[in-house]
This record gives sequence, structure tokens and C-alpha cells, in this order.
Amino acid sequence: MLDFPEMDGLPLAEWVDNAMSWLLTHLGGFFDVVGFIILNVVVGIEQIFLNLPWFVIILLVGLAGWKLVGKMRTGIVFMIFMILIGSFGYWELAMRTLSLVIASVFFSLLIGLPLGIGMARNDKMEIILKPLLDGMQTMPSFVYLIPALMFFGMGKVPAMFATIIYAVPPVIRLTNVGIRTVDKEALEAAKAFGATKKQVLFDVQLPLAKPSIMVGINQTTMMALSMVVIGSMIGAKGLGMEVLLAINRIEVGRGFQAGLSIVFLAIIVDRITYSFSQKK
Amino acid sequence: MEISEAKLGNGFLGTLPDSEETPQIVIRDLWKIFGRDPKRILKGPFKNMKKEIIQKKTGCILGMRNINLEIKKGEFYILMGLSGSGKSTMIRNLIRLVNPTSGSIMINGRDITKLNNEQLIQFRRDTFGMVFQHYGLLPHMTVLDNAAYGLKIKGLPKDERYARAMPILETVGLRGWEDYYPGSLSGGMQQRVGLARALANDPEILLMDEPFSGLDPLIRRQMQDELVELQDKLKKTIIFVTHDLHEALKLGDRIAIMRDGEVVQIGSPEDIVTNPADDYVKEFVRDASPSKVLTAGSIMENVKVLLYAWEGPKTALTHLNANNRKSAFVLNKFHQLLGVTKMETLLKLISSVDKPPVIPESAIRKITTVSPDTILEDLFPIVSENPYPIPVVDSDNRFLGVVTTDQIFESISVSEGEENA
Repeated sequence: MLDFPEMDGLPLAEWVDNAMSWLLTHLGGFFDVVGFIILNVVVGIEQIFLNLPWFVIILLVGLAGWKLVGKMRTGIVFMIFMILIGSFGYWELAMRTLSLVIASVFFSLLIGLPLGIGMARNDKMEIILKPLLDGMQTMPSFVYLIPALMFFGMGKVPAMFATIIYAVPPVIRLTNVGIRTVDKEALEAAKAFGATKKQVLFDVQLPLAKPSIMVGINQTTMMALSMVVIGSMIGAKGLGMEVLLAINRIEVGRGFQAGLSIVFLAIIVDRITYSFSQKK
Repeated sequence: MEISEAKLGNGFLGTLPDSEETPQIVIRDLWKIFGRDPKRILKGPFKNMKKEIIQKKTGCILGMRNINLEIKKGEFYILMGLSGSGKSTMIRNLIRLVNPTSGSIMINGRDITKLNNEQLIQFRRDTFGMVFQHYGLLPHMTVLDNAAYGLKIKGLPKDERYARAMPILETVGLRGWEDYYPGSLSGGMQQRVGLARALANDPEILLMDEPFSGLDPLIRRQMQDELVELQDKLKKTIIFVTHDLHEALKLGDRIAIMRDGEVVQIGSPEDIVTNPADDYVKEFVRDASPSKVLTAGSIMENVKVLLYAWEGPKTALTHLNANNRKSAFVLNKFHQLLGVTKMETLLKLISSVDKPPVIPESAIRKITTVSPDTILEDLFPIVSENPYPIPVVDSDNRFLGVVTTDQIFESISVSEGEENA
């Protein structure tokens, strides 16, 4: 009596599988091109980070902490974090993770900013996108890994694909909210003086929405970082892989070291991107 | 049907004389209804119902109902009403920040409700400047860039923008503040930037949406005075929205009072205060002191005895005696006021040795005069200091009449009596 009656429900899983196989057979070429572009960007960024001498990167991070975040103390703490990561023997892995994050954020912004702007200017688009964004954010992130694997195989590209899907909602949302909450009179003023839509966007909406957009970028970056770690499960080299190995071998200490390195990276990335939203 | 209407319209326009008297802005049968499918309200039986009933039965909100206005070139026109009366909607219609549901708005002979998007943008650039209640400045731009923003939109190069905006910043008293950001300025100064931005375009028509409502009273009064001064120089057509009666009376050439989206009365400040059209307006002007509206010109009287400078002292004396007066004003042949002379002075002249043929200048004492525009409030200190009637003269010093303490008090008590009735 108390059990839910057995019945033939919606064959949703079947539909999704069918859709996937349709996409794979008909749009295989498209995914190859997308994969090629993503791969080249991330490899390019990786090359920069891996080829720069370690002390240059540490100095740059320190400088960013001092000049952007505010205090010299912050810069010194950042440098200590980086040195600690290196001392654990994770320098190369950390640089790979960082490259993946930066590349993912780059693509997220490329997709997210225009979508956020479109959403702010078009109510219908907002109605359609909102539940979609909710879904993207609340769906367990592992779920993205499966189709990503099917589209792009193992490696960096599927990890990034999953990361972008997971990390793009905040920047879309906050761009939308930022533009929609722009001071009404500033907007009216621009229109009253005969501004075109483009002038309104670049002179008023984007500059006034900037703090909100920057918070969105900060959140997107943090989500990208957490997802890149999970992305290691499908073969993206990085700090996440160390965690995964530690779990498999039940090596608590190794897992803690790798986890702490991720935390250090996260703090540095968060403070630096957050500082952008605070500046005038 | 449509064709004949169009023909009629053209014919009407063609025969209008192109004189100063043609109103610059003509608004006919203007309606604005907010909500879903607003046109159905205009067709159906709801058209003549009260605002609240329309809202209850259809969910639509009546913004403006059948507005008809004419605004002359160079006029300082006030739209006054409580919040929700439709005054802000009205002013936004003129520039189509809000689009009317039906009706026409002719500006300089062009129906702006029929402009397409590009024409509208061009029209806004060419014709209007607008000032907002909360300033509507761009916080990421300097004061100078804000003032020059209208010119930037027009696509003017930077040098020219700045060259044109600088003198205007100076006019509004912001010299030296060019490089500051609006956020670091006080409210009054921010509104000066707003005003400078509106004026930098050198617009024909200035729209001001409660520009001084957010300012504290002292600054507000100062800004009002400066605006009056500026308008004397610029002679723009100004449409000014306010809910403050004193502001309306002080600034306006004409005032349109709005309630629930309708215009209830249009008139000069004096009309509004002395002849309120209905109870709503009466309630509005209840606090308005007539002393702030009535002017010397409206209450002045003729004088029975006037002396002329070419008359001999003897004739003058006869005049005074015949009318039982002790003193009188003296005019020259252009009817300009020279001053006042007393019976004793004239008597002395007659008994003196040289016996002048006309009243000499030394016998005429210069006195305080007022212009016909002086409001009663400003007359109080003058009449209290001067025991004789105060002469009213025009800008060429020509004598128009006099005001006396009695007249002033009488005019105030009469209009108050009407109000209480």
C-alpha cells in the first residue's frame, strides 16, 4: 500500500540516450572542431605556465596579491602558498590545473557574457534560460562527465567541456542581474539624449553592471576550479589526479597534501578575481 | 475615412500661420494605458470609467486620459500633480521614453508618435535635453564627461565635446569640478551636472522631471532662482514636472494640474490660486499664500492726482488743494516717474525770490519704486519702510499705478475669504 505503484514511467533515460547517439552520428564533425579549438587554447596556456620559470610565476602571484588585493602581506602569503605547493612536488600539476581553470573561464566568459547580455535585454530569453541555468548548477557535476566522455573521449577536452557547463551559470546570471538593476534614470538619460542600443549597452549598462559581472566571473572561476579537480576522473592531468590516486590507494597524507594545494590555489584565485569586482 | 482625415490634417497644417503664436508643442487626445492589450480599453465601455474601476475590471492601469495641451515656444510650462497623477508619464511621452497608447504629439509641426526608431533617435538628439529627479548621471565618468555625454552620443570628437561642455559647466557654477566623479559631489552639485548635460546639446526643449525634489530646501530655492535667471537668458521651452505648488507658482508661466491621468486645470499661477477649478485644485492651493502669487501689477490702482514737471508750482498747488492732497508724484513728458513733491515744498517755491516757472529738480524727492512683477511678499518690507503709496513703474520707468498697504492687505484677505467659502 505504502509503496509507490509500479508503472511504466516516461522513458526519459531512453530518450536522452537516443538523443546522444543522434548527436554523435550527425554532429561528430562539429564536436571534433570544438574539441580541436578547446584543446589548442588550453595547451597554449599550459605551455606558457610550464615554460615560465617557477620564481617568475611566484613573483607575479606575489605582485598580484600586493597590488590587486591590497596589502603587501597578502602578496607574501600568496608567495608562501605557492612555495608550499612546489615543496610538495606538485608544481607542474598545479600549473596544469591552473591552465585548465583559466582556459575554462575564458570559454565560460566567451559564452556567458553574450548570453547574460541577451538575457537582460530579452524577457523571453530570460524565461527560457533561467530553469536551464538552475538545472546546470544543481545537476550533480559527475553527470556531465558521461556525455563529455562520449563527445570528446578521454583527456583535457572533455574535462573542460564539463567544467564550462558547470561553471558558466554564475556569470550569465550575474551579468543579467547586473544589467537589469542598472539605475533606471541613468538608462533613461542615455535614451533621452538619443543613444542607440549599442551606445546604451557600452556607455551605461555594462559599466554600471561591472561590479556584479565581476562577482559572476569570480564565482565562475571558483566553480571551474572545483570542477577541474573532478575532471581528473576522465583523464585531465592535474592536482585532482593526485587526490584520486590517494583515494584509490587510501593514502590519507598524500590526499591531504594534494587537497591543501588545491585550497591554496583556490584562495589565491578567489582573492585576485574578487579584487576586480571591488575596484571602481 | 482615413484618407479624408489625412487630407483634413494636411489642410489644417497648411493653413496655420507660421508665426510665434503657433504653439511649439500640441498634444491632442493623448491616452496612455499600461497593461496587456491596452487598445481594448479605448474601444470598450471602460473608456469613460474611473481609473480604479478600470484597474479592478481589466488589470490595466490608466496613465493618461485624453490629454490636450498646447505649449508655446519659450514658455516655462509646469506639469503639477501628486504622485500617480500621470505627470511623469506625460513628460516621458514627449520624448517617447514611454509610448502613448493613442493620440498625437506634434512638436515643431511633426507628429513624434509616428517616428520610426532612427528618426526618434535623431529627434531626441536634435530637440531635447532632459534633467532627472535622481540626476541619472553616469558614475564611471567624470563631471566633464557627464556634461558632454549628449555630445558624445551625437558622435562629436573629444576636443569639440569638451570645448562645448566647459563653458556650460561654468554657467552652472561647476568650474574646477570637471575632473571629479559625480559620486563625490553633493546632491545640488550633481543636479547642476545634470542640468549642464541637458544644456550642452543646446536643445530647443528642456524636459525637467522633478529636478529639485531630492534637494534640501535651501539648495532647492537657490537652484530655482538660478534656473529663473538662466531661463531669462536662454528662453528655452521648458516643461517642468513638480509636486510642489510653491515651486510651480514661482517658476511657471503656465501650470497644468493633473489628477488620475487627467488635466484638471490649465492656467497662470495667478489663475490657479485665485480661481481653482475644482475641490482637488482648491485642496492643492490651500496652503498657497496669495502673497506669493499676486503681483504689484495685478493689485495696483490709478491715482487721482499726478503732477507734471512742465507745470508751474502754482498750478501744481491748485491741483493738490482741489483734491485735498498733501503730496503727489511728478512725471515728465514721457510719463516717466521723477519722484514725489510735497505741498510745503511748493509753497516755499512760490514764496521764494526767483519763483521758478516749472517745478525744479531740487523740489522733487526720488523714491522707491517697484516693478509690476513684484510679488506681494516682497512688497511687505517696502511698504513698511515707506509711509506713502509705492509707485509701480515699468522697465522704462514709466508710471503705471500705485500700491498701498491697504490694497495689499485687502487683496490677501479677499482671496482667503474665497477659499474659506
